[in-house]
Amino acid sequence: MTAHNLAVKAQEQAAKIILAAFALISVLTTIGIIFTLSSETLAFFSEVSLREFFLTSEWSPLLDPRHFGIWPLISGTFLITFGAGIIGLPLGILIAIYLNEFAPKSVAKAVKPIMEILAGVPTIVYGFFAITVVTPFLRTLVPDIEVFNALSGAIVVGIMIVPMVSSLCDDAIKGVPNAIKDAGYALGATKFEIITHITIPAASSGILAAFILALSRALGETMAVTLAAGSTPKLTLSFFESIQTMTAYIVQVSMGDIPHTSIEYKSIFAVGSVLFVFTFGFNIVANLIIKRMRRMWTSEIS
Amino acid sequence: MDIRNQLKRQPKDSVDMKKEQPNIGTGVWSHNRGMRNFKSHALHFVALGSTVAICLVLLYLGWSMFEKGYDNLSFEFLNNFSSRSAARSGIKAGIYGSFYLAGLTAFFAIPLGIGTAVFLEEYMPENRTKKIIDINIANLAGIPSIIYGMLGMALFVRTLGFGGSILSGALTMSLLILPVIVVASREALKNVPASIRHAAYALGAERWQTIRAHVLPAASPGIMTGIILAMARALGETAPLILVGAVTYIAFVPAGPMDSFTVMPLQIYNWTSRPQEAFQSIAASGIIVLMGLILVSNALAVFIRYRGEKLKKW
Repeated sequence: MTAHNLAVKAQEQAAKIILAAFALISVLTTIGIIFTLSSETLAFFSEVSLREFFLTSEWSPLLDPRHFGIWPLISGTFLITFGAGIIGLPLGILIAIYLNEFAPKSVAKAVKPIMEILAGVPTIVYGFFAITVVTPFLRTLVPDIEVFNALSGAIVVGIMIVPMVSSLCDDAIKGVPNAIKDAGYALGATKFEIITHITIPAASSGILAAFILALSRALGETMAVTLAAGSTPKLTLSFFESIQTMTAYIVQVSMGDIPHTSIEYKSIFAVGSVLFVFTFGFNIVANLIIKRMRRMWTSEIS
Repeated sequence: MDIRNQLKRQPKDSVDMKKEQPNIGTGVWSHNRGMRNFKSHALHFVALGSTVAICLVLLYLGWSMFEKGYDNLSFEFLNNFSSRSAARSGIKAGIYGSFYLAGLTAFFAIPLGIGTAVFLEEYMPENRTKKIIDINIANLAGIPSIIYGMLGMALFVRTLGFGGSILSGALTMSLLILPVIVVASREALKNVPASIRHAAYALGAERWQTIRAHVLPAASPGIMTGIILAMARALGETAPLILVGAVTYIAFVPAGPMDSFTVMPLQIYNWTSRPQEAFQSIAASGIIVLMGLILVSNALAVFIRYRGEKLKKW
């Protein structure tokens, strides 16, 4: 073997090893996240009982007497997620249906970049929009709504998830083979019947996955709800009151300068763990559904 | 679910041939055409309405920022630091901070992201490990950004002792945008036809030589698009940077990667959360600058994608 050949071989080996090491980083990131969250959370539970955390419903970690019942934060988070879902999911799927089944090609082409811009708007901008536009508008409709309220946060988070829902639903709807739609048309079905009886049922797993991923995004949304929905941990189902989400609590604590031995510091990891478990669960379910959908189309059709 | 079962299920308003004799001969789907067509038109109307509504929301969002923030936009605004008085406040520290952060993030995230994508697409055989890594990357993309902030705070800021520096911020951001770059790069690599690789192998090239000289250049428009979109996302992120200790008030331009810093979105957050009306309007000015940068990035990504399509030789 010539020296040149040896050099090439060495280069090949080095490239492979370096690239493998790079690929390992993504695995290490997940491990790092799980390790960090769990170790600080364990430290938190050595000071606060699991019983208090999960079975009581008062959250006042910054003022004496301190209480660490997580439920107000969970209810706040799900209030926002629920409201955002009510607004964002129907809008998203209707847009996907419009773009695929009704819109002329030129219109669909023009709408896509608009959705991309909407997807690229930073969440802080939505937060600003909520405070300066949405909330004042809501106050003219409902005069006794609080300045910081869950509704305003839910509305902007709902708008925020629309591009995600519509693009994922778009993929799902595009995956439905034209052959089965044409079969419906051949039987004399109207467009409405094709969409409700063929397209949507056939794309249902993809649409479901899109919904779950979007809700998971709403669950972890931070800046917009921190600005719009306030920082009052409260166990309530009212959209008109100020609440606090898990993410907003984490931001509130870390805006201050906290020593990392304090209970506040550990509490944000406990809250972060709960948030992580929810979003992780949602994502796993969504990915399982997507995988099953792929298998279905490859085995059943074609 | 079995699609055939789905399709077997009869639509509600279709006719059961045995029971409704009078409809025989007029076709299964043919009764009550008027109502059924109306439903189609109604759905068309609602779907179109939703699309128009969301476009109007975007327009209104843009217009309201412009209306509130345009008056304060000036060279002074770009060239002043934040201040106690809204009139003298500017976004200089945020602009420098954002650019330093984006630069350093790109330095870490681009090689890591492309490298991961190349390894997964070009080297790794289809096996269990690859499946696990696939699922892992899909999950990483779905983890809320604030959780990355917590990882950054515990790992880079405290454990490795980088403090609330640009370096900590950039490392955290790199991990956050890594899945975006990996997914886009893999998609681009998948689209490079096998014939290009085969031609290189036929000429005696080794695998890495083939990738470096042929596959990566062929995939570069797709990869570039992914990188730009990922960087645009990094420019707009706020929450993880609050956790890694970016500060909201700073009156100097950072000189090195270990300096403390602020970024545009954080500056905007700070102004927005103040009660005075004047700060709200400079927050809007800040948003105009930030959105301008993000729109330029998006436009660049679209342009590169478009040109890539046109120059494609296969």
